[in-house]
Amino acid sequence: MTTTGRRQDTKPARRVPWIIEFYRSDVAKKWIMALSGVILLGYIAAHMLGNMKVYFGPEEINHYGEALRELGGDLVPKTHLLWIMRIGLTAAFAIHIHAAYSLTRTNLKARGRVRYDVPREYLAANYASRTMRWSGVIVLFFVLFHLADLTWGTTNPDFIRGDVYNNLIASFERVPVAALYIVANLALGLHILHGVWSLFQSVGANNEVYNKWRRYLAWGFTAVIVLGNLSFPIAVQLGIIS
Amino acid sequence: MDLTLKVWRQDGPGKPGEFREYEAKGISPDSSFLEMLDVVNERLVEAGDVPIEFDHDCREGICGTCGVMINGHPHGDQKGTATCQLHMRKFNDGDRIVIEPWRATGMPVMRDLIVDRSPLDRIIEAGGYISVNTGGAPDANLIPVPKPAAESSMDAAACIGCAACIAACPNSAGQLFTSAKLAHLNLLPQGQPERYARTIAMVETMEEFFGSCTNHGECEEACPKSISIDNIALMNRDYIVAKFKDRRKAGQR
Repeated sequence: MTTTGRRQDTKPARRVPWIIEFYRSDVAKKWIMALSGVILLGYIAAHMLGNMKVYFGPEEINHYGEALRELGGDLVPKTHLLWIMRIGLTAAFAIHIHAAYSLTRTNLKARGRVRYDVPREYLAANYASRTMRWSGVIVLFFVLFHLADLTWGTTNPDFIRGDVYNNLIASFERVPVAALYIVANLALGLHILHGVWSLFQSVGANNEVYNKWRRYLAWGFTAVIVLGNLSFPIAVQLGIIS
Repeated sequence: MDLTLKVWRQDGPGKPGEFREYEAKGISPDSSFLEMLDVVNERLVEAGDVPIEFDHDCREGICGTCGVMINGHPHGDQKGTATCQLHMRKFNDGDRIVIEPWRATGMPVMRDLIVDRSPLDRIIEAGGYISVNTGGAPDANLIPVPKPAAESSMDAAACIGCAACIAACPNSAGQLFTSAKLAHLNLLPQGQPERYARTIAMVETMEEFFGSCTNHGECEEACPKSISIDNIALMNRDYIVAKFKDRRKAGQR
């Protein structure tokens, strides 16, 4: 037998359901992270676009908020489709985080405690790819604050349920909150800059015909999302919307 | 040229190790990196000291036995070159060179600069072969192989199994090595009958020892054979396809 330590010395004897066995693999976890990442990216894009309505005045954005509850029109009961989307989104978010957490533990263990004496001079890895863990954690805590701030209203003293425009202005008028939104969105930008490019690799969509477009797409998508999202706190702070 | 070496010394597996400094004076700029170590070792032996142990074999860059971390770069910072093919003329007189073994939990240090790379053998054993019946040799060109497929397979087959990719990876992942070995066979007609069983077996053996890919691309930069991370994408795709496929129908386990 070899002297090297395998990560698990004994294979599990009991047959487990296919989906659990599938999820045990690191390659499969990365695939699932890519798929849940696509769902989350789609949501981020829709969220940013929808919020653009704030520039068209209070009626527009408040009507948009109401329309979200009435998604599906007469075909589904009110808020049901919204809740299905919320549950799906939470599930994608949860599994994305669990896979990241599990892979991070695996990687730290695989790397071991001994570090190279000479600090690594990275040739291919960029700032975004090396800080995925940290940018991801910042985004997680930001999302929790964001929900408390503009969905539940717990951190927003002037919160009025259903009055999206008022809530948004009331929140972003506070300088520390505006600063927090800016920092968090820059972290989100770093995260998706690597994520958009990397997810193609994780699902095996690699083809020299479109490989350079993966970089363009990552930069373009990130630029649109970050600029769009940053515009809201900046516009409120500058008094462009009030 | 005169150099100062800072070398990792370790008596055996699991033993504590430490860096020690050595003066390497009068080294010929025409010598290779390993020849420089040979000279240092001869002097150590003459002085009654224990020579620095390192792995080496062919010394012409094709066997993958040598490989150390040189100033934080696997095989040194000359791109596409194994340690044995790195020459001292790439360094400057008076340089201080830090020499370390590969670091990864899956490849523990055996002694000084030698690591246990047997996990790579375990990965190959799991599926890095094709099954061929014995008997008369088949006619050459009986199986048509498209030229581009032969080329991309050959590019992957250039992997010499030195483990520089794992040493360079911030996650100590074995993806570049495993994907090169998979692409080598999975791109050829001869590799098709066992393609998906092979992919699952090799990937899952790899995951028993090494970390997971986060798509940094450091491995590609470190590889002495410049193997592309495109192979990793091919491996990821084949693994997922293999997992969803009804492999029993194709007799692939």
